Amino acid sequence: MPREAYHRDLTALHDRTLALARRARRAVDESVHALRAVDVDWSRRIDHDDIEINNERLAIEERCIALIAAQQPVAVDLRRLASTLFITGEIERIADHAVGIARINLMMATEPPPRPLSYIPSMADRALAMFDDAIKAFDEDDDTLARHVCQSDDDLDRLQDRVYADVIEAMRADANVVERNTYLLWAAHNLERIGDRCTNIGERVVYTVTGEMTDTKPSTF
Amino acid sequence: MNEPGSPAAIGERSPMDLRPTQTMATPNANGDDKAPKRIALRVDHISAWYGNKLAVSDITLDVDAHSVTALIGPSGCGKSTLLRCMNRMHEVTPRGRVEGKVILEGEDIYGAGTDPTRVRQRIGMVFQKPNPFPTMSIEENVAAGLRFMSITSKSEIADRVENSLKAAALWDEVKNDLKKPGIALSGGQQQRLCIARAIAVEPEVVLMDEPCSALDPLATLKVEDLMRTLAVKYTIVIVTHNMQQAARVSDRTAFMLAGEGGFGQLIEYRPTDEIFTNPSDKRTEDYITGRFG
Repeated sequence: MPREAYHRDLTALHDRTLALARRARRAVDESVHALRAVDVDWSRRIDHDDIEINNERLAIEERCIALIAAQQPVAVDLRRLASTLFITGEIERIADHAVGIARINLMMATEPPPRPLSYIPSMADRALAMFDDAIKAFDEDDDTLARHVCQSDDDLDRLQDRVYADVIEAMRADANVVERNTYLLWAAHNLERIGDRCTNIGERVVYTVTGEMTDTKPSTF
Repeated sequence: MNEPGSPAAIGERSPMDLRPTQTMATPNANGDDKAPKRIALRVDHISAWYGNKLAVSDITLDVDAHSVTALIGPSGCGKSTLLRCMNRMHEVTPRGRVEGKVILEGEDIYGAGTDPTRVRQRIGMVFQKPNPFPTMSIEENVAAGLRFMSITSKSEIADRVENSLKAAALWDEVKNDLKKPGIALSGGQQQRLCIARAIAVEPEVVLMDEPCSALDPLATLKVEDLMRTLAVKYTIVIVTHNMQQAARVSDRTAFMLAGEGGFGQLIEYRPTDEIFTNPSDKRTEDYITGRFG
């Protein structure tokens, strides 16, 4: 007999994970806008609201564990639940990177404008596009799109390299901007890590759909 | 050289031994077994009928020695019928008929001149409902099959009874009550008594047809634990409706399904962990995830 209540629970959990992803996405987007606008109040709100994302992640985890215990899922349901446990953690950490950027804005608050941000906005656009694709792949069980997400992380890495080169050049030219530019490196690092986490989400989508557990981008170091 | 699949060729798995059929991908054909294992039992193109009604069609699968193999599938898919074909029990069903071979250690159990009683001693069976002989004591139940083996020495019978009860994890609970009726035991104990009775005649294969379906959860776990222990010495094939049980106890799982013709077919036969994490056939996936059945 089809397990309709169980499958409704799985669908509800999936929708909840998508909602968590939307909140994390908004946090990342707003953190970069606040950085550009030098809006410290906005950054404080992002920092403050992160606790809700953390709590929702824990609630989703609890629900996953309860479903595993009660329903003993197998096959694609088991792979999806195992992946959801991992993916919600990655989404929550992406929101933490938004908080990281928000706190950089707070630390840079004493710096007078103008505030040149190098390729930080471009990195943000790229990271958010990856996040959108990763979550779309998760939502639609699209392993082709998920693999594309994993491959596109290189673009973000290249932009980070350009930020790094810009910052080093600016530091060499003017010793007074060393502190500000060090903050920019941190912001770039947060955005680059979002790309890594989107890659991880993509890998788990591939696992959910195909059962294939792979590291699509092993370390080259 | 023996023909692949001929009785004399059975015993060691080799590429020549494995013939893909319409309904089964063999283990090595899947590339999923690292080390070759000895085949205890080969079901070779078995079909079974009840009168004119085809119940299972053209099933071929190899059962690894010293392993637990689970047969799963919805009601009416023919898994119990297939199990009963494995020790010639199906033919005692009114109008029951079997075609194909079941090869045990190189011999077709359906071969001309093969003694069905001897086959059932070598391939024992435990049934869904514990069925100790009601008029016999615990001791007599375990020893019941030994008389067919012409074992009359009292000391040998006593040794076999003790060893079988120990192997069935029942000795400690009944050693002081061996003269008591078998039916005085609890349901779980009765089922372990039946397992002791089945292994007292030292079979090579033990078939179990839903052995835990009449037991409470604790008794079920004891019997499941026992299956894993027994697999060290015996080869076990189990039919179960409980998919979690198949996942817990078996090494390989066969999924059967009755198609439009109403007869059971083998859909997928793979290592259990693969069946339950990443089945290759959508029908298996849909059944085990509860999307039909």
